[in-house]
Amino acid sequence: MALIEISNLKKQYASGDETVEALRGIDIAIETGEFITIMGQSGSGKSTLLSVLGGMNHPSAGEVEMAGVKLYRLPGEKLADFRAENLGFVFQSFHLIPYLTAIENVMLPLAIVKTGSKAKRAAASQALERVGLGSKLERLPNQLSGGEQERVAIARAIVNNPHILLADEPTGNLDSKTSDEVMALFRELNAAGQTVVMVTHNPENGRYADRTIHLRDGMVV
Amino acid sequence: MKLHTISINNLKRRKAKMAFLTIGLMVGIATIVTLVTLTRSMSRDIEAKMDEFGANILITPQSNGLAMNYGGISLGGVTFDQREILEEDLARIKTIRNNKNISAVSPKVLGGIKVDSHDVMLVGVNFDNELKMKQWWRIFGDAPKVENEVLLGSDASKVLNAGSGDNLLIKGEGFKVAGVLDQTGSQDDALVFASLPKAQKLLAKEGKITLVEVAALCSGCPIGDMVTQIAEKLPDAKVSAIQQVVEGRLKALDQFRRFSYAMAGVVVFIGSLIVFVTMMGSVNERTTEIGVFRAIGFRKSHIMRIILLEAALVSLLAGFLGYAAGMGGAGLALPFMAESKDAHLVWDMTVAFGSVGLALVLGILASLYPALHASRMDPTEALRAL
Repeated sequence: MALIEISNLKKQYASGDETVEALRGIDIAIETGEFITIMGQSGSGKSTLLSVLGGMNHPSAGEVEMAGVKLYRLPGEKLADFRAENLGFVFQSFHLIPYLTAIENVMLPLAIVKTGSKAKRAAASQALERVGLGSKLERLPNQLSGGEQERVAIARAIVNNPHILLADEPTGNLDSKTSDEVMALFRELNAAGQTVVMVTHNPENGRYADRTIHLRDGMVV
Repeated sequence: MKLHTISINNLKRRKAKMAFLTIGLMVGIATIVTLVTLTRSMSRDIEAKMDEFGANILITPQSNGLAMNYGGISLGGVTFDQREILEEDLARIKTIRNNKNISAVSPKVLGGIKVDSHDVMLVGVNFDNELKMKQWWRIFGDAPKVENEVLLGSDASKVLNAGSGDNLLIKGEGFKVAGVLDQTGSQDDALVFASLPKAQKLLAKEGKITLVEVAALCSGCPIGDMVTQIAEKLPDAKVSAIQQVVEGRLKALDQFRRFSYAMAGVVVFIGSLIVFVTMMGSVNERTTEIGVFRAIGFRKSHIMRIILLEAALVSLLAGFLGYAAGMGGAGLALPFMAESKDAHLVWDMTVAFGSVGLALVLGILASLYPALHASRMDPTEALRAL
């Protein structure tokens, strides 16, 4: 059985009097250890697909099964717990917390985990070292370059050893050289066994992936 | 890294906004502390004065008499069936339920007597109690200490032509004038005071009392209840409350107290609104941040804890600062508000803990909706990018 199984996934939005069909019956299976990029034009539904995949956007129809768990059948706040234990997010604008240092930002997912402070710090430090920022633990986000901020965001996403790393346009705000470095880092993480699902509009990024899924008008093409 | 790390770091970063929030709540708390402390201090001041003002309960023998005086001119009275208070009955006054409120009991015996060749009113008193009750008395000389000493009112001193250290002859017995009262403007000016047992003997009223003045401490003392209680213990006596100006002042103070509380309520309401608006603004400003928290797996309760902890920390600070500022304000205002110059500020731990507690409750209550609003944010919409 695949790590992620998406079947007949549909998502509709109400926009004024109109109904927008963002996803129109998507079926995808992703295996453990795969590096998938999702590509498509603006409005193709790729970001919606990622948010549904990330347990943050209830689908109108269909099923998302991840590591044997049907995500949207989880009761109450169990979906939040699932995200905390199994998913890592990297956002386009990094979304680092400006008043926390690099290591504190990385420790953020561990704030709700019952572990000792030393263990949390060690895990965050290790994650930052993996992304090459072992010497900038105490820097605030505004003291880091765009590429470094992206690395901190990646370290934050992997600190809890998630099953799946979800990334939304991680190189969207970076220059080409830094983009290549960041993509190489994703590749490196994937090589170490990390499953990666990345939304991107840059065809260049596709070469780092095992497979690329193309979306158009809410459907896989 | 724990949830409180996020709250504390956020407070440190948004110093200006948090200072505004703290000041808003602090002003509310300070106003309450000032008003409550002022009211209490002024009450204490007036109560102290009331004790100084002397008796507020008068016990006289029961009689079917009618006073015959008008406008200060007395024509005597028609009295019949006159009963008397016996000295031995006085002990019963101290057995009333509110006996802790009794500050002093001053029995007196009154009667007309000839001193040298003048008719005067002799009053037998217990000097210890009398002096405690009439703190405004100024004596030239000393208060009588032995049986054959008397104290003269200022007018009596003039009429008898006797001063401190002189000797008087009363019913053939020699008495030394221990002291003379400074003019009081009251009936005391015309009296000759002697010790109670001696006066009883001179007036041939051994064991009998003409009237008893009782001074009751007024802090929470129901004068009306005490009158009833004493009347029950002394059925043959007429017990009445002396309405004093001070009571009017207490009423005015009560009105001030009510006004203070109403004003404090308005200030607290405004303070709470400031907290509410600031916290709501802060939450809206942090939409993306809250979206990140939710995306990485924070529960709604975690978000609420972060927001409420921030509110609690700010409120605690506002509570402490508000208490300090309020006491400072009360200290500055008291000399202008209180009647006596020696009025003291009342330091009450209840006000201290109450103000910090109130700040905490207000801060948390006013932040409850913003915290709920934050926790209910849709992470996808909050992040927009996803």
